Amino acid sequence: MLPEAIEAMTVQLQQVGNASSLHGAGRRMRRVVEESRETIADALGSRPSEVVFTSGGTEADNLAIKGLYWARRPRRRVLISSVEHHAALDPAQWLADSQGAEIELLEADAYGRVHPETLRAAIERDPDGVAMVSVMWANNEVGTVQPVHALAAVAREHGIPFHTDAVQAVGQLPVSFAESGVDALTLTGHKIGGPMGVGALLLARGLTPVSVQHGGGQERDVRSGTLDAPAIAGLAAAVGTAVKEQEALGRRLASLRDELIERVRAAVPDVVLNGDPDLRETPPAQTPHDELRVTPSPHDERRVTPTASAGRLPGNAHFSFPGCEGDALLMLLDAKGVECSTGSACSAGVAQPSHVLLAMGADAAAARGSLRFTLGHTSTRDDVDRLIEVLPAAVERARRAGLS
Amino acid sequence: MGLRVLAAMSGGVDSAVAAARIAEAGHDVTGVHLALSANPQSHRTGARGCCTIEDSRDARRAADVIGIPFYIWDMAERFQRDVIEDFVSEYAAGRTPNPCLRCNEKIKFAAVLDRALALGFDAVATGHHARLVDGVLSRSADQGKDQSYVLGVLTREQLGHAIFPLGDSTKAEVRAEAARRGLTVADKPDSHDICFIADGDTRGFLSKRLGAAEGPIVDQSGAVVGSHQGAHGFTIGQRKGLHIDRPAADGRPRYVLSIEPVSNTVTVGPRAALEVTSITCGAPVWNGPSRFDDLTVQLRAHGEVYGCRFEETGGGLRVDLDRPATGVAAGQAAVLYSGATVIGSATILSAS
Repeated sequence: MLPEAIEAMTVQLQQVGNASSLHGAGRRMRRVVEESRETIADALGSRPSEVVFTSGGTEADNLAIKGLYWARRPRRRVLISSVEHHAALDPAQWLADSQGAEIELLEADAYGRVHPETLRAAIERDPDGVAMVSVMWANNEVGTVQPVHALAAVAREHGIPFHTDAVQAVGQLPVSFAESGVDALTLTGHKIGGPMGVGALLLARGLTPVSVQHGGGQERDVRSGTLDAPAIAGLAAAVGTAVKEQEALGRRLASLRDELIERVRAAVPDVVLNGDPDLRETPPAQTPHDELRVTPSPHDERRVTPTASAGRLPGNAHFSFPGCEGDALLMLLDAKGVECSTGSACSAGVAQPSHVLLAMGADAAAARGSLRFTLGHTSTRDDVDRLIEVLPAAVERARRAGLS
Repeated sequence: MGLRVLAAMSGGVDSAVAAARIAEAGHDVTGVHLALSANPQSHRTGARGCCTIEDSRDARRAADVIGIPFYIWDMAERFQRDVIEDFVSEYAAGRTPNPCLRCNEKIKFAAVLDRALALGFDAVATGHHARLVDGVLSRSADQGKDQSYVLGVLTREQLGHAIFPLGDSTKAEVRAEAARRGLTVADKPDSHDICFIADGDTRGFLSKRLGAAEGPIVDQSGAVVGSHQGAHGFTIGQRKGLHIDRPAADGRPRYVLSIEPVSNTVTVGPRAALEVTSITCGAPVWNGPSRFDDLTVQLRAHGEVYGCRFEETGGGLRVDLDRPATGVAAGQAAVLYSGATVIGSATILSAS
């Protein structure tokens, strides 16, 4: 956690009071909560009243997707990208399985990017039937940044609420709720140096999703439950710091990440980089005019032009190692002190081929042989040196094991 | 520096204590839970079943307490092919397989061991109750829990890369040690029965897989005395569940003598007809000392032992018992011991 977040949280842990109470202690806590709300709103370009505190990203995604679907019934269509995190994909799937929704997965290209034309075509098949759209801001596995502004603009043309899971984006990319044109935006504390178990849904003022949890009517009556004021104070401190330092951190991480990619490619020549290969130091700030630009498909002969709304998260490097099992490689690297991750794990912990890579057109073997290296504010060149030192032997070993 | 050891952790008390002991002995230990079921149930019910999500969590919790890295390896496909399908096809062929033995032979000390060696491990450790000293396998200090029979099928090469840290301990000692070490699985019930048949209904499982097909139950003269819903539901020596209405001429109970899958016929007869003294086996695996005395053979898990002599017969093995045995089923292993030490094993083909 960031020291600012620890400090802010620790101070409030020593205070008594429920932010919903009318007495003095309650008023004091309410002030902490409301100041936190203002800090977050200020950092992310929203109004304070648009900040709805939740227990984290998963709850915020559930509230946005289920709540907006229910609020917009009898519309049944839920359009969601095929590369979403399970926290968004699974609520949508649940709506389809048990609430009569028609879930439609928006195709992604080989870099994991959803094109505005794809969304437009999907909406226009039956615009009046669309309850809501959800496309993440940046992908958690391969780091691909989505053209969120352009996508939100397409949804807006039809008056359809647009939600984005920006858990990975906040603190790594410039994020402005107002400028992006999205109607709902998910963020969480622990991805930005804040506490675990707290997050928020930025929710445009005109929108009232149906509650997922009912009770005391806190948070605009869409998210009941006593507010965790110390965690909220920690979240606000983390958001403030992360956003303030985003540009400098993004530049430093992107440069370190580019070095990591270059050196991994040199060490393991047949490695495949997944996600957007356009490795500029910082992704361009997105503007509402993005939809006017051409985002070439990776299958095109044309090169990605510097004006395209390309980009990947600055701290993300994601590779497929042909002939290796990702979890074998992970174990070997972990034993050498290098921490990385494979895709997702099911509840029994058995590695499953990543649905993101499959949606990008990878085969199951390539998907299973994939690893993500994430750089954060504590990462240094020494970490990259260490990785390069141990990687070739680990890959060789994992390949041998992959054949047995 | 000690060995790099992969500890197979089922989520039970034995494998947890085994892992703790080798870690404490200074080896570099990594815990691995083998996910053997493609669709694991979320919770255990009593002593049956394994590989539930709860078991994998118990294993992870134990690894955390011991302080070793922990991973889950997906072996469901291999387990399905080499253990479950083998189990079904053995029954379909009228034999009585031992899936635990097959799992040791094909999964734990084959697929898992091979992968472990390729990844740079030196050995695989398990919580089996058996002694292994300098690659020589012998019975556990706990007679009641001894598992040397289901390990007797392993080759010298496989045993050379195995570690069984519990061989000198009784189950009660293992449980007490688990509690002392703060391993919360200390009082988890022992597992019994066949792990992939969670409800314990082996006959139901086989019927589902092989289908029901009515066939005759005949006596030794060939006279039909009853009928059954599938020969695969029977085991040599079985007495209960025959559902024969007519009593035998001598009024004595009848036992399954043989199972003939092609004609789907089950032959029954008196206990005396079950008695055998000569056992024909397939190719033997010799994995123990070549000099021995006090030779005995064990013919099923937790079964009696018999004094014996053996003779290798062009590619196979014949074992002659000192006294008659009953309920000797094709498909089970004959494991040969010199005193408490395993010297080899072979699969039973027939007995007379």
